[in-house]
Amino acid sequence: MTDQTHVREPFRSVTSAVVPLQRNNVDTDQIIPARFLKTVNRAGLGDELFNDWRYLADGSPNPEFILNRPEMAGRQVLVAGDNFGCGSSREHAPWALMAWGIRAVVASGFADIFRNNALKNGLLPIEVSPEELSRLFELVEADPDAAVTVDLEAEELRLPDGSVVGFTVDSFARRMILDGTDELGYLLTLEDELAAYEASHPPRVSTLAG
Amino acid sequence: MNAPNPNSARPRTIVEKIWDEHVVVAGTDGAPDVLGIDLHLVHEVTSPQAFDGLRERGLPVRRPDLTVATVDHSIPTTDRSLPIADEIAAKQVSRLEENCRDFGIPLHGIGSPNQGIVHVIGPQLGLTQPGMTIVCGDSHTPTHGAFGALALGIGTTEVEHVLATQTLLQRRPKTFEVRVEGSLHPGVTAKDIILSLLSRIGVGGGTGHVFEYRGSAIRALGMDGRMTICNMSIEGGARAGLVSPDDTTYEYVAGRTHAPQGADWEAAVERWRTLPTDEGATFDRSISFDASELTPMVTWGTNPGMGFPITSRIPDPDAVSDTTQRDSLRAALQYMALTPGEPILGRPIDVVFVGSCTNSRISDLREAARMIRGRTVSDSVRMLVVPGSTEVKRQAENEGLADIFREAGAEWREAGCSMCIAMNGDQLQPGQYSVSTSNRNFEGRQGKGGRTFLASPLTAVASAVSGRLSDPRALL
Repeated sequence: MTDQTHVREPFRSVTSAVVPLQRNNVDTDQIIPARFLKTVNRAGLGDELFNDWRYLADGSPNPEFILNRPEMAGRQVLVAGDNFGCGSSREHAPWALMAWGIRAVVASGFADIFRNNALKNGLLPIEVSPEELSRLFELVEADPDAAVTVDLEAEELRLPDGSVVGFTVDSFARRMILDGTDELGYLLTLEDELAAYEASHPPRVSTLAG
Repeated sequence: MNAPNPNSARPRTIVEKIWDEHVVVAGTDGAPDVLGIDLHLVHEVTSPQAFDGLRERGLPVRRPDLTVATVDHSIPTTDRSLPIADEIAAKQVSRLEENCRDFGIPLHGIGSPNQGIVHVIGPQLGLTQPGMTIVCGDSHTPTHGAFGALALGIGTTEVEHVLATQTLLQRRPKTFEVRVEGSLHPGVTAKDIILSLLSRIGVGGGTGHVFEYRGSAIRALGMDGRMTICNMSIEGGARAGLVSPDDTTYEYVAGRTHAPQGADWEAAVERWRTLPTDEGATFDRSISFDASELTPMVTWGTNPGMGFPITSRIPDPDAVSDTTQRDSLRAALQYMALTPGEPILGRPIDVVFVGSCTNSRISDLREAARMIRGRTVSDSVRMLVVPGSTEVKRQAENEGLADIFREAGAEWREAGCSMCIAMNGDQLQPGQYSVSTSNRNFEGRQGKGGRTFLASPLTAVASAVSGRLSDPRALL
């Protein structure tokens, strides 16, 4: 049912040690502060990811912030608390996470717009129960370098102790990410349906008039 | 409330009615519904990458006649006759101008009498109408829900989808009834209703849902107050929020530039009268509270759900059992430099901001001006009043409101988002406290290290006058 235009590499799974960020309600202003939204590009936001937590007032890296630990470099899975990505609709948030190298965020809940934006860029929002999330944080605390596997094909999160947590990702978005296709390609195949809708649904306003 | 529709087997909410009417292709085989969009609002910050996407695929904008653009987020609110000093912001604004020119989209740019915050100008121009589907690459798009429209905030990839196809892939939302009955006491406003709701359900409480605000307290509000409430639906995590339209709605829309005229108007109102939620329709969730029990609200923490009546004391993290919640509370109090148990009233403040898509309309400015008239802003406070649109600014100047603010010692600015998002140089200094009529008190939202107390325009004015967080009821 989808156009076969490949817009990105097909993605099946990622295995990586995790970046633990045990906070609820991490908002998109923290992920990427508004003053960095003046860019007209998608690329190049990795350095600004979590800027205000990551850098001190004098611009030097904050040694307390998790992302600044040397061993975090190259990790591809972020683990955070509930309601990750709340607030602003800025798609710069998933762009910044991905530019830094994150491919999946595990949390016990995601804000709707962030979840949508993430999936459209191939960043996986993996929702698990609060109990499963607590267990993951405990396992990471016991062995900070232990790896997890996020398997989108199987919809399984494999934890360091060998246990497996199932998750679901929106079935349509999942297919797109596995195939490396995108939703616009699909929408563009619907020309006949769209023309029929437009014929039966006269415009409410014209922004060109008046 | 509408009588049950005899043609329909099941009473429906307004959300279901709007949805059903706009399905282009019903989701099958695991795909979401494809929803037709009646109006697409565009601004400079979330659109450039979407236009780049169109160029890469060689696609036109399908319906420039259903699309309109303005500049609001990154522009200065100081003298507009000067070039934009911030080169990166200037480039973003000129990129929008190029994109609108290349793709045939009408733009209300700097210098236009119709320029303003995107969620202020849509209603002002009569573009926002009941029953419409409206999108914008901005999370405060639910503002337009005040008119009984289904208005969704979207990301930049979705902006590209809408530009290319005038549709959006969406799964049907759940519905959440927010019922507010009774009358507000003097000094208590629409802003206090929404801050109270957020303090009850938290910032994730509405995730996956659309709020429908109902009850006599909502009906009694004018359109500006309803917009204030719908505006902050996102702060409860909801995908949208709306109010079923009524005569207050139609009176507001009538006669505006893009409102239907003559026979078209009569037909439109007849259609709009079928929109309100049917008697007997059910919601997935409900909450209700009494407006007469509300007092002025203020936030004390670092998200909009961390609010309480202004007469309260700072909560104690040690009283919270859940560890992650306790840590979040501690982090919030540490950022805000507040001590558990202390009263919030009387807290010294540095800046007062009256503005934003939440509270920058003419009624907000009238209320604020009425309270500040004959009083002065404390010497220790910088107060900015930033009208939501160039038209609101003109109107406020004609009514003498601008002079009242200036005489009181406040700065009277050009229209834009300004210190709500602090992209344009209007910002707090590290450690400063603001009382702000905007919508977000996230860490650094109003400038790195800045600390925000969200409140109504009345509470903002009362605090500006005393230099401390103050209860506006004392100044009535």
